[in-house]
Amino acid sequence: MRKIILCLIAVVALSACAQTVPKEALELTQESLQQRQSQTRRFETKDETKLLTAGAQVLQDLGFTLEESEAGLGVVVGSKNRDATEAGQVALAIFVALAGGGAMPIDKDQKIRVSLITRPINKKETAARVTFQRVVWNTQGRVTTSEPLDEPKLYQEFFDKLSQSVFLTANEI
Amino acid sequence: MSNNAIKPVLISLIVLSLLTACQTNSRDQALQTSESQVALRSMQSRAFDTTDKPKTLRTIIATLQDLGFVIDKADATLGTVSGTKLNGYSMRMTVSVRDRGTTQTIVRANAQYNNTAIEDPQPYQQFFVALEKAMFLTAQQVD
Repeated sequence: MRKIILCLIAVVALSACAQTVPKEALELTQESLQQRQSQTRRFETKDETKLLTAGAQVLQDLGFTLEESEAGLGVVVGSKNRDATEAGQVALAIFVALAGGGAMPIDKDQKIRVSLITRPINKKETAARVTFQRVVWNTQGRVTTSEPLDEPKLYQEFFDKLSQSVFLTANEI
Repeated sequence: MSNNAIKPVLISLIVLSLLTACQTNSRDQALQTSESQVALRSMQSRAFDTTDKPKTLRTIIATLQDLGFVIDKADATLGTVSGTKLNGYSMRMTVSVRDRGTTQTIVRANAQYNNTAIEDPQPYQQFFVALEKAMFLTAQQVD
């Protein structure tokens, strides 16, 4: 019994020191190419600044606060803090509490981040690529989720708005 | 000392010896790296045959986006770009660009994974492989 406890302590002590990076973290995959497609649109304009300005306005329309911008490189970065409470989790927490399981932490806050990048493709066209990600904290202040937002629908909607804002059609790449 | 009294002492000593492998003063982390500066610089840097800094920076941004990063900051004057990737973990990376002589540009990347520095050559290797594809140029090892 002692030996087992000792081994467990050793494992815990050592694992606190080493973290390995997942192999696919910095690898280009088939999936990354699909994501590039869903996150990018071409616009028939050579006015990069106009596209970037329109993009910044769409982000403001969506309630993002702009954190950083570098027009020279076609970069706009924004974020927003929002409620992350979901009905299903609340119901489960109430059920657990009623069953005598005590207070179960549920998701409470989230921060959604976005970066919009424009890039001249040729003399007539400019590309825009947008990426979203979020972090979710629970009622105990712990991070429960940190993930990219990947749904193609989200990107479709964003580009619909951008296209309206800039009065240009958003073409798939 | 009886046999029973020795055991807790032994256990404490073993645990302590395991923990000293970690750290005693966490403030030391501010200037700490596990690899030597030279080794780190070498695994984190590559030279490209181009002098077009803005284009290099734009390509770096595009590569980071391809790899799932959201850009945090970019500065064309300083030649730096930072981004964060969230995927159950948090990976932050800063990439900087500077001239090397009159024909080359040096790209340097450094990254952290959750709360540890990435000091293993492989992730950087992967990053530069992705970058050289986007640059249409070979990433050359810097001595």
